[in-house]
Amino acid sequence: MNPSYQITVEIGGIPILLHTQDDYFRRLLARRYAGFVDSAAPPRFEFDIELTTPSRKAPDEEVRVELQDGTWRLRRGDFRAQWDPGAGRGRIRQSANPYSIDSVLRIVHTLILANEGGFLLHSAGAIRNGRASLFSGVSGAGKTTISRLAPPDVTLLTDEVSYVRRVDAGYRACGTPFAGELARMGENCSAPIAFLFFLQQGPENKIESMAKSEAIRRLMRNILFFAEDSALVENVFQSACEFVERVPVQRLTFTPDSRVWGTIQ
Amino acid sequence: MNEQYIAKSSAIASRLLGGEMMIMSAADSTFFTLNPVATVIWQAADGLTPLSEIVVRHVCTEFEVDPEIAHRDVERFVEELSGHGILLVSERPFADSATRSKEAAWA
Repeated sequence: MNPSYQITVEIGGIPILLHTQDDYFRRLLARRYAGFVDSAAPPRFEFDIELTTPSRKAPDEEVRVELQDGTWRLRRGDFRAQWDPGAGRGRIRQSANPYSIDSVLRIVHTLILANEGGFLLHSAGAIRNGRASLFSGVSGAGKTTISRLAPPDVTLLTDEVSYVRRVDAGYRACGTPFAGELARMGENCSAPIAFLFFLQQGPENKIESMAKSEAIRRLMRNILFFAEDSALVENVFQSACEFVERVPVQRLTFTPDSRVWGTIQ
Repeated sequence: MNEQYIAKSSAIASRLLGGEMMIMSAADSTFFTLNPVATVIWQAADGLTPLSEIVVRHVCTEFEVDPEIAHRDVERFVEELSGHGILLVSERPFADSATRSKEAAWA
């Protein structure tokens, strides 16, 4: 009988237990998700990971996520996975690399959050004075730059993907291990979201209000979701509308130096 | 000219926010924001009321628009939204929501 190793990765307060037969891979995951492992809470979901020889197919092949008979099937060149949310279990086939499992976890969390009024958002996130601000925008808008400029009293949640959870009448931002160009994992903590800013760089620092329709349009453009499933799209769209009704969404034009953090209070 | 009936596709998500109707297509994630006139037409698109009646009863009355101009603008709006598959158009009343789901899937 083959030995089994396990590790719990908890992102956004949702523990997911991963089983593998390879201790080297378990240790690789422990390093990759340091700060997000070994939750005290019981796992919400479990995945068995079957390691295969590396595929020749390109990992950047378009991801496909489909719901069939209550089971999500996730597929890309470098992995195959299936997940039955009702049973709380799933399987992943991939080679021993951290990138494939990272993608699977992102997708699984988007599916979990879609049913709970939350979402993953392409944005930097940070906590200051007990409140979180999110900084979203297309690639090059300044997510990494504004993260790099953060003063010492700011706790960085992520410079790439924010974890947004619906809690009671508001929203909380949670740190994620999903790093961008800064190549630095966020802190594993959370805070109520005070603002969402859409970034653009310009000659001066200023904050402007946005029409709700524009806010939703831009929010939808930056929410991560992969499944071509009409129920999921409906959920994500309604979540985006709810978010815009409850959280101030503003346009932040900034010049890339540390004074921008004086503008954000 | 034949009468037309319009119905909302079931393959969309919509929400009235701040007085504006926002619609998203589940098929291709296209996003639309409707102006007040288009919002009234959208809300009246029950698949059973003739389009001409919607124009007269809602558009002309509520926005004090000349019927001929209103008809022209509404036809343009209907053509655009039906082109994206989020509004369904028929020369007969739509039977029920199941019909709309099926037709939306074909759109």
